[in-house]
Amino acid sequence: MQRSYFDHNATTPVAPEVLEAMVSCLGQTYGNASSIHHFGQAAKQKLDAAHCQPTEVVFTSGGTESDNLALLGAVRAAPGERKHVITTAIEHPAVLAPCAQLEREGVAVTRLPVGANGTVTAEEVRRALRPETVLISVMHANNEIGTLQPIADISTVARQAGVYLHSDGVQALGKVPVDVEALGVDLYSMSGHKIYGPKGIGVLYVRRGTRMAATQYGGHHERDRRPGTENVAGAVAFGLATELAAVHLAADRARIGHLRDRLEDAILSRIPGTGVNGERWNRTPNTTNIWFDGVDGEAMVIALDLRGFAVSTGSACSSGAVEPSHVLLSLGLPAERARASLRFSLGRHNTLTEVEALIDAVTDSVKHLRRISVHA
Amino acid sequence: MPEDQTIAVAMSGGVDSSVVAALLARDGLRVVGLTMQLWNQRRLPELSAEGATGRCCSLDDVYDARHVAGQIGIPYYVINFEDQFEEHVVKPFVAEYLAGRTPIPCTLCNNYVKFDKFFEMADAVGAHRIATGHYARVLYHDPTGRWQLLRGRDEGKDQTYFLFGLTQSQLARTLFPLGGFTKPEVRELARELGLGVAEKNDSQEICFVPNGDYAQFLSAYLRERGVPEQETHGNIVTTDGRTLGEHSGVHHFTVGQRRGLGIAAGEPLYVIATDPRKQLVIVGSNDDLLRERFVAHGVNWISISPPDAPVRAAVKIRNKHVAAPATLHPTADPGRTEVVFDQPQRAVTPGQGAVFYDGDLVLGGGWIE
Repeated sequence: MQRSYFDHNATTPVAPEVLEAMVSCLGQTYGNASSIHHFGQAAKQKLDAAHCQPTEVVFTSGGTESDNLALLGAVRAAPGERKHVITTAIEHPAVLAPCAQLEREGVAVTRLPVGANGTVTAEEVRRALRPETVLISVMHANNEIGTLQPIADISTVARQAGVYLHSDGVQALGKVPVDVEALGVDLYSMSGHKIYGPKGIGVLYVRRGTRMAATQYGGHHERDRRPGTENVAGAVAFGLATELAAVHLAADRARIGHLRDRLEDAILSRIPGTGVNGERWNRTPNTTNIWFDGVDGEAMVIALDLRGFAVSTGSACSSGAVEPSHVLLSLGLPAERARASLRFSLGRHNTLTEVEALIDAVTDSVKHLRRISVHA
Repeated sequence: MPEDQTIAVAMSGGVDSSVVAALLARDGLRVVGLTMQLWNQRRLPELSAEGATGRCCSLDDVYDARHVAGQIGIPYYVINFEDQFEEHVVKPFVAEYLAGRTPIPCTLCNNYVKFDKFFEMADAVGAHRIATGHYARVLYHDPTGRWQLLRGRDEGKDQTYFLFGLTQSQLARTLFPLGGFTKPEVRELARELGLGVAEKNDSQEICFVPNGDYAQFLSAYLRERGVPEQETHGNIVTTDGRTLGEHSGVHHFTVGQRRGLGIAAGEPLYVIATDPRKQLVIVGSNDDLLRERFVAHGVNWISISPPDAPVRAAVKIRNKHVAAPATLHPTADPGRTEVVFDQPQRAVTPGQGAVFYDGDLVLGGGWIE
């Protein structure tokens, strides 16, 4: 069966150049970057080249670790007895769960609601500030609906208040321009496997001078911020993947955006009882999240998979089953509509032919499922 | 391949359903494996100290099911039925228990979730037929034009007691490939097929209640739901109204129970009935437990059409009960049947199922009033 992949927000295939660089590094530059000898130095050189800004780039195991390190590290390092964190209701669990942990440690957390468009405003963030606020954490692009938050505006609020700003950029990198200076963030999370790199490598950008408490102990790697023998091949792969992303960005953005719009327009016009979740304009060009009245999203994912099309509903839980998406519920969707929603996330290799075939398969599947009326 | 060639197999991660999937796949049929996620084992953590594995819907079971599916090369999916399971199985179970009855959640689960909901999913994935690992048999009976349900060949494993709610249209689309095998044969098949689950322990009867401790489950569930546990402690009384002692809540007791009464009496005492309204536990001798007749409601007729005259049958009132000869008397309400045993039977328990057999044939079944 011909298979087409429309789940690039979950993960992406490793780019051939990245794969080659990584394998070559694993095979040849196997030294421990902390060793004094030749092998260690060779590894250290590769690592330094990947770092670009060694003082500000901390390699981690991926987006989840970057988010954990940012939240736990920055909040625990902040002085004062009473501490307060501002975040949003539609963050990834990698941000929400450490926030819940901080709450258990006595930190107050404000989770800003989002409107039906899926965004917060800088003004809403400003109003949530308290004298004891130590960190604002707002994701750059949402993983489920793709909407972009006004990070640069929020950074002005943060700077005026003297509060650190963290942004989970896992879903933004490679899809929209990311410039930590222009965004004005102090901490920014990135992941390798969302940008055609391998799993198991990520970065936390830490602006020079940002106070961070240790969250892990065992060595002095990454300037004490992330002890553990460095994943040199992963770092090399991440570095190359970001370079490629920068090269491809402008063209990918236009082409993938066009395919996404084609998919969305066709579904909305051909299938009655459908609609887009969140704002249609201000979002990543590859993502659309669509509700289909009277259709169980989970059944739809399975039906499409059996036809060779990989799409998704919400975030997958550890056993592989799904629960209604907290993001969609936060937009104000009733649970029934949240369960009737699908996420399509396109990527570098998708073609117009694939998109046309997907449109047909979605149309057929919705018809079939509505006929037998499977309800959530 | 046309849609009606596809079979959806309900895979629990246990040896039985794994063998079903492997047998059908080996026969070249197009098989889709589906696991129903029914209960989140992370809930009620106070119950999960022990026995957390080998229970329904544990992550280990999903892992095992997925592993088998990968091994035999079939598409496999986990489907979340937690809401439906709680609504149709757990809540009625709790309500029945608090009302002083002893429900069997497995039958509710079979009726509402494992078959009704599973057929919907089968439809969704384009599968016309479903297969499960139940020890039971289905046959089409030409003269009557009815689908018949028969006991599994392995008497000790026969699961028809839990399947009396199946409708004709469901039976027409259902395969029980293990009906003709014994459990040891199924394990042997699993070994021959090279399935890693061949030696896995059998699951417990009530999957979401660890160690079969209903009262403990009930307390934990009500606490989680924020429902204050009702003050149901009261008196233990004899059938002639003498008070013998106190109890800590009627839901701790089930008809026929002997142990745990906390009363020293000359003759062995058994729970005859509970009265949640007056918070009474009524006890008596073994003879007081014997009953000759009862009414079953919600009766579903399977192998025969609803009778209009008395029918002879062997009636089973608990899963482990040996079916006893009886006469089934129709009542004015076709959903209600009066069962009159030839010999009085011990512990006829309201809330349990009563299943009517003619030899291996399941005539039908209902709920004891």
